[in-house]
Order: sequence, then C-alpha cells, then structure tokens
Amino acid sequence: MKRGMMTATGALALMVAAAALTGVQAQEIRLLAGDTGTGGALFEEMAKSFEEANPGVDVVVEEVSYQTIVESLPVQLEAGEGPDIAIITDLGGLSRFYLDITDYVDADYFEKEWGQTLAWLRGGRDTDAIFGMPTTLTVNGAYVNLTLFEQAGVPVPEEGATWQEWAEATRQVAEATGTDFAMEMDRSGHRFASLAISYGAELVDEEGKPVVDDGLRAAIEQFVEWHENGTMPMDLWGAVGGSTHRELFSDFLNANVVLYFGGSWTLAQMDTEVGDLFDWAVMPAPCGPSSCTVMPGGGAMTAFAHTEHPELAGKLINHFAQPENLDFYISNEVEIPSAASQIANGVEYPDASERTKEALATFTAQIPKMADAAYRFQGWRYQRAMMNALTTRISQVLNNELDVDGALERIEEDVNLAIEAAEGQS
Amino acid sequence: MSAGTQFAAAAGAVVALPARLVEPVMYGLQRLLGIRRMPWVFLLPNLVAVILFALLPVFINVFYSVSGSDRLFPWDRPLVGGANYATLFDCDNFLDPSTCSRDLFWRALGNSLVFVPVQVTAMILIALLTAICLNRDIRARGFFRGIFFFPVMLSPVVVALTWQWILQRNGALNGLISSAGLTPVNWLVFPNTAFFWSVFVTVWAHMGFYTIILLAGLQAIPRDVYEAARMDSATPWRVFTRITLPLLKPVLLVVFILAVIRSVQTFDELYVLTGGGPGSATMLMVQYIFEVGFASQPRNFGLAAAASLLLGVALLIFTGIQMRISRSGRDD
Amino acid sequence: MTEASMTKTDMSVSAFLMRRRGRGRFHWTDGLTYAYLLLGLVVMFVPVLWVVVSSFKTPANLAEFPPTILPFSAETAVVEGFDEPLPLFDVVGEDGETVRLAQIRRVGIQAQMIDPADPEAGRIVVPVENATPVRRVYLAFENYTNLLASSGNQIWRYVFNSLFITVVATVITLVMNSMAAFALSKYRFRGSNVALVSILATLMIPATVVLVPTYMIVAQLGLVGNLWGVILPTVATPTGVFLLRQYMLTIPDELIEAARMDHASEWRIFWRIILPLSSPALAVVAIFSILSRWNDFLLPLVVLNRRESYTLQLALASFQTEYGIQYEILLAMTTLTALPLACAFIFLQRYITTGIASTGIK
Repeated sequence: MKRGMMTATGALALMVAAAALTGVQAQEIRLLAGDTGTGGALFEEMAKSFEEANPGVDVVVEEVSYQTIVESLPVQLEAGEGPDIAIITDLGGLSRFYLDITDYVDADYFEKEWGQTLAWLRGGRDTDAIFGMPTTLTVNGAYVNLTLFEQAGVPVPEEGATWQEWAEATRQVAEATGTDFAMEMDRSGHRFASLAISYGAELVDEEGKPVVDDGLRAAIEQFVEWHENGTMPMDLWGAVGGSTHRELFSDFLNANVVLYFGGSWTLAQMDTEVGDLFDWAVMPAPCGPSSCTVMPGGGAMTAFAHTEHPELAGKLINHFAQPENLDFYISNEVEIPSAASQIANGVEYPDASERTKEALATFTAQIPKMADAAYRFQGWRYQRAMMNALTTRISQVLNNELDVDGALERIEEDVNLAIEAAEGQS
Repeated sequence: MSAGTQFAAAAGAVVALPARLVEPVMYGLQRLLGIRRMPWVFLLPNLVAVILFALLPVFINVFYSVSGSDRLFPWDRPLVGGANYATLFDCDNFLDPSTCSRDLFWRALGNSLVFVPVQVTAMILIALLTAICLNRDIRARGFFRGIFFFPVMLSPVVVALTWQWILQRNGALNGLISSAGLTPVNWLVFPNTAFFWSVFVTVWAHMGFYTIILLAGLQAIPRDVYEAARMDSATPWRVFTRITLPLLKPVLLVVFILAVIRSVQTFDELYVLTGGGPGSATMLMVQYIFEVGFASQPRNFGLAAAASLLLGVALLIFTGIQMRISRSGRDD
Repeated sequence: MTEASMTKTDMSVSAFLMRRRGRGRFHWTDGLTYAYLLLGLVVMFVPVLWVVVSSFKTPANLAEFPPTILPFSAETAVVEGFDEPLPLFDVVGEDGETVRLAQIRRVGIQAQMIDPADPEAGRIVVPVENATPVRRVYLAFENYTNLLASSGNQIWRYVFNSLFITVVATVITLVMNSMAAFALSKYRFRGSNVALVSILATLMIPATVVLVPTYMIVAQLGLVGNLWGVILPTVATPTGVFLLRQYMLTIPDELIEAARMDHASEWRIFWRIILPLSSPALAVVAIFSILSRWNDFLLPLVVLNRRESYTLQLALASFQTEYGIQYEILLAMTTLTALPLACAFIFLQRYITTGIASTGIK
C-alpha cells in the first residue's frame, strides 16, 4: 500500500513537472499554420536555411486546425497572446494586430510582387506599411462532371456562358442521366459573393460601408429560385443555420451533382479520390449580367505586434518571400501563385496530374477577369461580418422565415451593427 | 472491499503525501483562528475558485453588456449605457420576431421556449418509464442499466457527429428506409423533422443520467408501503398515483430542475448537428449568444453579454417560481 | 368499454407500473418490459456500433448508398502492363455467361475491362449495369494507421494531456468540493446559506456564455497554452458540492462530537472520518468530473493554443476542417476517443450506476 502511494505521488509529481516544462528558448519564433493542404511542413523545411544563417534562432512551426485559426486565434490576439507569426485568411479583419515589417523586408520587391494583396492586409488604413506576405491565391470556381454531359448528349457551355445557361444545361444533364442535383455551392458567404458580384452587387463601397443593391437582390432571388425548382439541394444552404460553414464536395466526388461551385483548394482531393471514375474539368467563371467574376481568396503570413523578436519575425517572412522559396512552396503545395512574377512566368508542378495542371491553368486564367468589387470585398475589414450575414439571412429566406426584401434589410443592418459594435459606438 | 472503498483508497493514495503536509498547517490555523472560523478555512479554496471563475466572469459580462467595441479587456471598452439592451428590444411587435432588429434573438428565445418544455417532458417521461422497467425483476438488469447510461459518457461532439452521420441524406437511416421500399427523407432539411431530431438526440444523450437517479428513487421506496396498500386492496393504478408518485416527488423535483437547467443550456450537440438550422429552426439561446459573441467577426461581446444576462434573469425567475410551487405543495 | 374490462386493463397497467421483484409466472407485462428494453438496446447502442463498424470502411465504401452493413473492399488483381492493381468485376456477357474481368477505367455508363488471365486479348467495353464488383469483407485498419501516422507521436501527447487534465482536475475537485461540503454540512455559522446559494447559483451559468470573460481571466493569470488554464476554471463544480453536502448531512454528528472529545483536529475529523464515510458520493462526483473533463471542448479550444497542449477532443475536432470532412479518419478518431471511456465503463458499469443510486439525492 505504502509503495503504491509513493508511486502514485511520484507519478503525479512527474506529470506536474512535465506539464510545467514548456521549454522557452532565448530566441524562439513560433509560426502557426492551419492544417489544410500540406500544413506547415514546407515552411518548416524552408526555415532550416534561415536557422543556419541565424545561429541561436529556433523556428517552431505549429500546425493547428483551421477552426483554431478562424475562431480562437483572434481572441488570443485580443488578449495579447498567440504566436509570433501565423498564416491567416481573414486578412483585413485581423489588421490591427499586425506588426509593421516594412523595415525588415525589401519593400519595393514586396510592392512589385503583391501590390494589390498588400492593401488587403492594411484593413482600410491609409498607409504604405507592409504587414505581411500573401502565401497562396485561391480562386472560387465551378467543377463540372464532363462524363455526365457526354452521356446526356448536352454540349458543355462555352467560356462566357451565363449562370442561367449553366443552370439550364446542368438541369438537362441531371434529368437525362438521373443525377440527383444539377448544381451545388459550398455554404459559404465567400462562394456566394462570386455569384453576387457577377450579378452586379458591390457589397462594399470605397468608404468601407456595406452596399445592398439591386445586384445583390437579383443574385439572392436567382439563388432562391434554384433552390425552389430543385436545381440546388437544400442540404447545404437550407439545412444549416447561422454562419456555420458546410460543404458537400463528396456529392461531386460521387457524381451526385453535375456542377459543384467550390474552390481551387480541393484540386488535390480531386486527383486522389476521383481518379479515373469520370472526366471532370474546372470551368471558366460563369457570367452574370454584370461580369464574369469569381472571388479571389487566399492566405497571408503575418507577424503580430506583441512578438518579442520583431526583427527576426520580419526577416523570417522576408526569407520565405525570396523567389526560390516562393517557387518551392507553390509547386509543392500545388496552389495558384500570388506573386506577380510567378503569375507572369508560371510555376512548374512536377508532381501534379495533367488534369490538375489544366484546372490550375483555368483557375489562374480567371484572375485578370475579376471585378474590382471582388478585390475590394476581399480586403474589407468587415468582410466576415457580411459573409456571416449572407449565409444566415439567405438560409432564412430559403426556409420562409424572411422574404428577400427583409433579408436585404437585415444584411445591411447586421453589418452596420457589427461595424458600430467594433468601433465602440453601439 | 467494495469498489467504492477501493476507489477511495486509490484516490486517497494520490493525495496522501500532500495531505500529510497539509495537516500541520490546518492544525496551526485551527489554533490561530479557533474552531468557529474553521468552516471558512474549509470553504476558502472552493469559494476562491467560484468567485474567480464563475462569479467574476458574470460581473465582467455585466460590464460587457453596457460597453461597446470588440475589445476584450474591460479597460479598453467605452461605456455605451443601455444601447445593447435597446438593440435587443428594438421591435415593432414583440409577438412577431421578424419585426425586430435582432430577430434571431427573439427566434432563438421562441425556439428555447418550445424546445425546453418538449425536451424536458420527453426526457422525464422516457426516463421514468425506463426506470420503472429497470426496477422490475428482469434478467440482465445491470446490462440494460449500462446500455441506457452509456451515451451519457460520450462527448457532445461525438454524439452529434454520430447522429449526423446516421441522419444525413445518404446516411444509415435513409439506407434502412429505402431498403424497406419507402422514400428516404432528408431529415435535417425540414424544420419540423430537424426539430424532432434535435429533441431526440439530446434526450438520447442525457436520459441515462436521469434514469439512474429515478431508479434510485424508486428503489428507496420501502416495500412495506406497497404491502400495506395491497392489504387495503387499493387499485394498483391508485397505488402508483397515490403512493409511488408522491414518494418519488422529491427525486422528480431534483430531476426536473436539473433537466430544465441543462435543457436551457443545450448547445454543443445542436451546434454540430444542425448548426441551428434549417434557417433558424433549431437555434437556441446559448447558440445565439455564442454566434454573436464568439463565432462572428468582429465579435460583439456587448450584445452577447446583454442576451446572456437576460437568459440568466429568465432562469432565476423560473427557479424562483419552481421553489415557490414546491414549497406551497409541501404545505398541503 | 365495460366496467370489467376497465378494471382488467387497470390491473395490468398497475402491475406493470409498481411491480418490483415480482415472483411467479411469466406475465405479459414482462414481455412488454423486455420488448421495451430491447428497443432501448437498439436505439441506444446500435448508433454507436454503427460508428465503430463504419470506422473500418474504406472511403469508397463509406460513400456508398445505401450503405453496406459490413465493411467491404473491392477485390483487385495485378494485371501485366498496369502499375496499379485493378479492381475485379463479375461481368454478365451477352450469352448470359459470367466472366471475371479487371476494370481499367470507367466512363459514365461504360467501362473498359481486361481479362486478367489473358491480357493479350485486349480491352473489352462493358456496360456498367452488367458488371458487379467482386468484393470481400475488409477491415480498413489503415484508417487507424493513417491517423496515427499523420499525427505522428503526437497522439500520445494528446492522450497524456487529456489524462493529465482529467486526473488532476478530478483530484482537486474532490478535495476542494468535499472541504466545502464539510463546512456547509457539519457547521452552523453565519453566512453559510449565502455561501451555499452562491455556489449553487453557478449551476445556472452556461459555460458557453462566460467563455470570453473566463478566457480573459485565464489570460491575465498567464495560463494560456498551459494545461492548468483548463484545469483551474473547472474545479469548483456546484453539483459536486451539492451531492457531497447532501451525503454528509446523513453522517451522524455524534461521530464528530466523539472525535472532538478525543482532541482530534478539525482537519483530522474531515480527513479521517468524514471523507472515508463519504466514499460513495466521492466516487459519483469523481465519475462526473472524469466524464466532463475528458469530454471538455470549448474552453480547451480557446485556451490550449499550442498543438503540444492539445487534448484528444481538440485533435478529433481538427479533422473537421473547413475544406471538408474526412469521414474515414473522423470516424476512426471518434472510436478512439470514446474507447477509453467504453473500457472504463465495461469494468465500472455496475459500480457507476449503483454508486449514483446510492448517493440518493434527497
């Protein structure tokens, strides 16, 4: 009994000691990466040469769930906690926590490569400061099951086809082949914004105020009609409430839907899971009455103002931004490059399949077609507030809790309230 | 040696050494303060924890509710007075949520007002029926008791993912239905079915706990009471309503209060299962508070805090009424 | 309905409702009871079983509708000239004979096949509806090995973190709650009611609602990313104090008086007399503390911001990424996190349920 007691106490003491052991080294830089794609592995590899060049510096790359980046990281930053560097996707919303790294990087080079995206990181502030490095560019887009088109004998709409033409064509295909649904779209305000902007919605004006216009109304009406006539299933936008993100890409993987509107980040999954099951392709952006726009997106690597080693953090970002590291990263991550020179010269993807390379080319070809409104929306500090309002309110319209007018009114009110609340006037 | 004392011995062993160090300290304190102040010494650690991690957060919430901005620290937040409350109560017609500025708050409140009575009633009826069945002289009693208790041990996330996996369009339930030749139903797409399943899943996950408590209550009723009733040849239904139920009343009351409090606090399971949908059909109060104050960007701590305080007041009023009813019941 | 039949139903209903440990013949109400309990068995247990079985399915098998009961995988064959093994199909030819062919590629309603025994014969085009895949029961353990491989040795870190939090928080809860319960049940002093009510009132505060202020306090204490930041906010459970106090009220005061006569210190009375006598209630509080600490999600999600401090539940949630749910890994992880509890439950089942019962909420 006595020995048991001793062991138990000893074990407890050990556990306490182990938990207390959080080795804090002299110069440790913590980098937080979401676990999508290759996660942090590539950065870890690229950091090695930086560590060699700067003895005594230890770069710790931590992979966390994407949810942590979106939900927990902002609260942590608010409390002055969190990593030194992170790869984030809410570029504008977190703006006030960023460290100004202009002095530690080659500012001209950054401006030349990422001019437009650097503005997203400024969150509407009037400054030329550099707050980080955009890592990848993602593009929303439509995946189409070509085999189903072939079997139905319906011609695949050409580049420049409108959303309505696509809806019509996919409906015919679905009918002819007994496929469950014609079109699906991720339950995400970001995906919906692609449709809305191509229908002429501004979403945000130059002053950073929300815009609810006829374009948005037309897009919502169109969207509701598709759900009512069965073009789109209720599972995604109808069944879930609030701002919850949902996707059903498995429907496309299993050929249950003819067209799936998602984004460039699922390419790798297409390669491994669809394989030879059916022919597929990424289509050029469907057009609306206003433009043929899809939303851009993507991550950026930023350092935070609370870091104890601002110079090191800035230099590390500069290190990752060097051309050879950029090329290494993009070609291994199989993503669309974000730097101007890479877009211009193209990037090699040695390990990707032919289909994936074609799809990447199609995605990249959409970038010059993007409307100004899309860029402005992407860089808006209150983009997430607008996107949450869009998903919440559209779901309510689909469930007859609101009419379209009511939804538009609420969307504007929601965003204005969020802005007021954030600025402390309430 | 029963499992209970074994457990106590094991737990005791883990804390034995620190306890040996504590004893002289406590004895010293007793000499210093006198026996009359000792209860406060015993209370102190728990009270400190309660104050620091339960009462203080509530007070911070009170402050949040009268201040604005998305800043976390109270000293960074400007006072805005009753603006957050005014926003919540900004309604043209209180009976129609869609006329309110924060219609989702009122919808969530309405949903909670339906969900809580339905879920608690279903929970208590099913738990009582199960307890009565388990109280009979049946085979494999321990096994069945265990089966009903098992889901209580699962984490809410696991519970929700399990049922989502079963209820989805291509899930097991629809597989079963279509192999029986019926048309599959997309369960989580329709407000009514989604509401039904959110009640079902939460009852499924928690009923075992209440069953065990009610079972204990049933077993505590002395047998001779029944014997006496049988002598008087009272009809058995009468025995149930006149003897079993009244004797079970104190236990039922505890079960009822616990079930209501936990029902009002329902969040994790439904957040993963339905996300509050379709539309806002299964969005309950706590989820609304979570979405406004945590999941949205920028976070509106002020509005969330105001909503949570209103929820707290509602719960307090409920408990007060409950206490009064049970007290007046005792006077009969 | 006649008077007589009324009494009869009445009788049976009552017999059902109040019979305890009845003796004698098998009554139809027994049948009803067993029917209800078996239904309960199906409803309560089959969903869990379904998740466990599904966790052994391959992604392709998981995507099938209607789902298969047992995990299946396609039988494959290595055919000359192809790098990958090809899936086998039983194909009904035009003459009605069945041949076993290997599929090279499927395009919609047609498939290109090849005879594995005679690859020289060339490709055969087969309508998909004539081909049925050759399958066998296959347990996809790779779901588990992939999971362990992808998290590397980290998984043991998560297990350790979960265990550490659970054990330490439970021990602290037991000591603190029982000290408070002792004070509130065995002493009469001014303010005891205020203390009791203020502890019990915290029962009404949903943890979700005070998440942000709690996080702020944890941050101010410098405990973000530290396992103690999850342990400390959860130790003062109101139910623990309540249950223990109710139980201690039933312990006769004479024991304490006698001990005081023997000059035992108050702490000694508590530690040597009251605590051992309260072991059934302590066990119940321990069980609930273990369950809720093991399953905790929201607070750890915010507080534990380093991967090395993740708990199993956080790791489980991280498989549900924005870009899609990897069901095969998620199901495997679900099974893994619930497994320790299931094992503990099998051993402690009788004890857990009788323990709760013996506490007797009075």
